[in-house]
Amino acid sequence: MDKISQENIDLKMRLIEDFSNFEASLNGQSNEMIHNVRRDAIAYINENGFPTKKFEEWKYTNPANILKNDYVQAFTQPAGDLSGIDVTEVLAESNANVLVFVNGRYESSLSRIVSKGDGIFVGNLSEAYVAHKDLINSHFSKLAKNEKGAFTAMNTAFATDGAVVYAADNVQIPEIIRIINIADARTGTYLSQPRNIFIAGVNAKAMISEEFFTIGENPSLTNMITEVFCGRGSMLEHYKIQNDGANANHVGSTQIKQEADSHYSNTTISWGGNITRNNLQAVFAGNNTECHFFGLYLLSGRQHVDNHTLADHAMPNCYSNELYKGIIADRATGVFNGRIMVREDAQKTNAYQSNNCILLSDDAMNYSKPQLEIFADDVKCSHGATTGQLSDQEMFYLRSRGIPHDEARAMLLQAFAEDVIDTIKDEYLREKLDKKLIEILMSTR
Amino acid sequence: MITLKDLRATVETEEGKKEILKGINLQINAGEVHAIMGPNGSGKSTLASVLTGREGYEVTGGSVEFEGNDLLELEPEERAQHGIFLAFQYPVEIPGVSNTNFLKTAINEIRKSKGMEPMSSVEFLKMMKEKAKLVGLDPSMTSRYVNVGFSGGEKKRNEIFQLAMLNPKFSILDETDSGLDIDALKAVAEGVIKLKTNDNAFLVITHYQRLLNFIVPDFVHVMFDGRIVKSGGKELALHLEENGYDWITDMKETAEA
Ligand SMILES: Nc1ncnc2c1ncn2[C@@H]1O[C@H](COP(=O)(O)OP(=O)(O)OP(=O)(O)O)[C@@H](O)[C@H]1O
Ligand SMILES: [Mg+2]
Repeated sequence: MDKISQENIDLKMRLIEDFSNFEASLNGQSNEMIHNVRRDAIAYINENGFPTKKFEEWKYTNPANILKNDYVQAFTQPAGDLSGIDVTEVLAESNANVLVFVNGRYESSLSRIVSKGDGIFVGNLSEAYVAHKDLINSHFSKLAKNEKGAFTAMNTAFATDGAVVYAADNVQIPEIIRIINIADARTGTYLSQPRNIFIAGVNAKAMISEEFFTIGENPSLTNMITEVFCGRGSMLEHYKIQNDGANANHVGSTQIKQEADSHYSNTTISWGGNITRNNLQAVFAGNNTECHFFGLYLLSGRQHVDNHTLADHAMPNCYSNELYKGIIADRATGVFNGRIMVREDAQKTNAYQSNNCILLSDDAMNYSKPQLEIFADDVKCSHGATTGQLSDQEMFYLRSRGIPHDEARAMLLQAFAEDVIDTIKDEYLREKLDKKLIEILMSTR
Repeated sequence: MITLKDLRATVETEEGKKEILKGINLQINAGEVHAIMGPNGSGKSTLASVLTGREGYEVTGGSVEFEGNDLLELEPEERAQHGIFLAFQYPVEIPGVSNTNFLKTAINEIRKSKGMEPMSSVEFLKMMKEKAKLVGLDPSMTSRYVNVGFSGGEKKRNEIFQLAMLNPKFSILDETDSGLDIDALKAVAEGVIKLKTNDNAFLVITHYQRLLNFIVPDFVHVMFDGRIVKSGGKELALHLEENGYDWITDMKETAEA
């Protein structure tokens, strides 16, 4: 038996042991419905184990490199030291909801909830489980099913906390909800598994931003799941901003279900972290849905970011549009795998996708793979991918006007990245991201 | 202001290095306008590229002194900061970068290099308005992306607009007249005339007399196969317009024979 599969088995055994300890600690609650779902999840892992790089879905991102550290599950630890955790910049956005999670645990003392009232819930999972138990039971794990793989099942098995946003039918939440996930890697090597559920009722409206930060230098792994339910005619703006530290790994799965006439827009910005794997999957369960996936990855050093997306056109007359842009320096690697599925009934589908990349060094790589599976005949689909360098001519033009090399480069790269940043509708956040973009571009060689 | 001595340069081509500039001598003083004419491929744009520091050209001999500095030692942006400007023969389009942001950055970088404070937004906008008027550029173009979707003539006008904004000491105009209609040519030329002072100098590369009717040169040089083969006053341009370059070719062949 080779080394990798041996490690895989060790991990499995460790998780099963973790699970029985977890179960024992639940005293009484283990009869809850949610716990049966967890049991199924650990059984799935027991049976299937973790994927290896031999899996087509993991061809460019070796799971062994993500799993190799001896992570301790963060939820088994007592609450950490919150001193040194500074979220003032986020709180400075005065009318924003701010939900802070440290190693997956909700920290109410650092958080601020401004959106309250009838038909609105903004808070954490354990609270939601008390206040809206039926709602949670009827949505938990309905999209992020075990078949999605062992990372998903691992999260489900140990899901204890995360963010929950609920807007009932015809309820619009005017304030942005910023979910700040901080990996505290100062004292240990932790695995955190946030579990988020966003539910928008009929014609409901919300704007949610998931943001990731790291403090400390130890390796960390965040294995997260976000399940998003878009009710009929609802509108959801959803951002994922990855600012993680150099030793932080991330596996995330965002599962979206869109009912008829709903509008969902996702922007994923990745400019931190060591190994990052984002799975973003939307299934269109009703007619006339609109779905946008925007992405920006800005990588240097040996960073690795893998974006796997799926737009699943199960119903007719739906529109999906996807634009992912990468700027890759040094020996960093980007992966884009964009799958568009147009099922037999999904006539009049409009599905577009493009992936554009600028490589800043000879060792930078971008693997771009469009995957179109079309089983309906009356559809409009297109995809395109470009990979190139910065234009020498444009660089010279700017420099010939007195703009120094590095500024000129940052200017061109900013122009390239801007149309993704521009999709962030929250002005405060967008301006911060713009600043950060320029900062990173000025320090990238 | 600028002195070229036996300037030689090669370009890297598929068949290896090719010498394009084969020993250029030229002296331009403050307050002067020089014109360079010469057949296609004789090396006029190459000279402009070498003077502004474009990559891909290797200077293999000679020197260029600009106001006491060894120009060839400087990066392109440093040359611009010292007051060198090129109005490109083929201006590039830069999607995503607005003219305004571009020029503001350029002006402030040039000011920074001189230890000056950045220009205030109010002052900058005022200047934009003023200079756009001076060269007859539709003010709405200033908010668009650099040259993107501009017509050929608009691009050329935008080059002169930038010249007006940056107020360089030494400007090279590379076929600014090509692609301009008669009215635009007049507007641009009149703009240039207004910018001309006793402290700056212009090198105008052109194929046609018509631009030189407006911007009257003090000296006209004929470039042929990487050399300046003849220099004279403004009447030389008229002579070239009437007689073409054959007489120079003939003259050269006779000399070589
Ligand atoms: N980057 C390059 N690669 C290959 N050849 C080049 C390059 N740049 C210039 N040349 C060659 O050098 C010669 C001079 O070109 P240049 O553009 O300087 O001519 P020009 O005098 O400006 O001509 P025109 O009047 O047509 O604008 C030409 O033969 C051209 O093909
Ligand atoms: Mg030319």
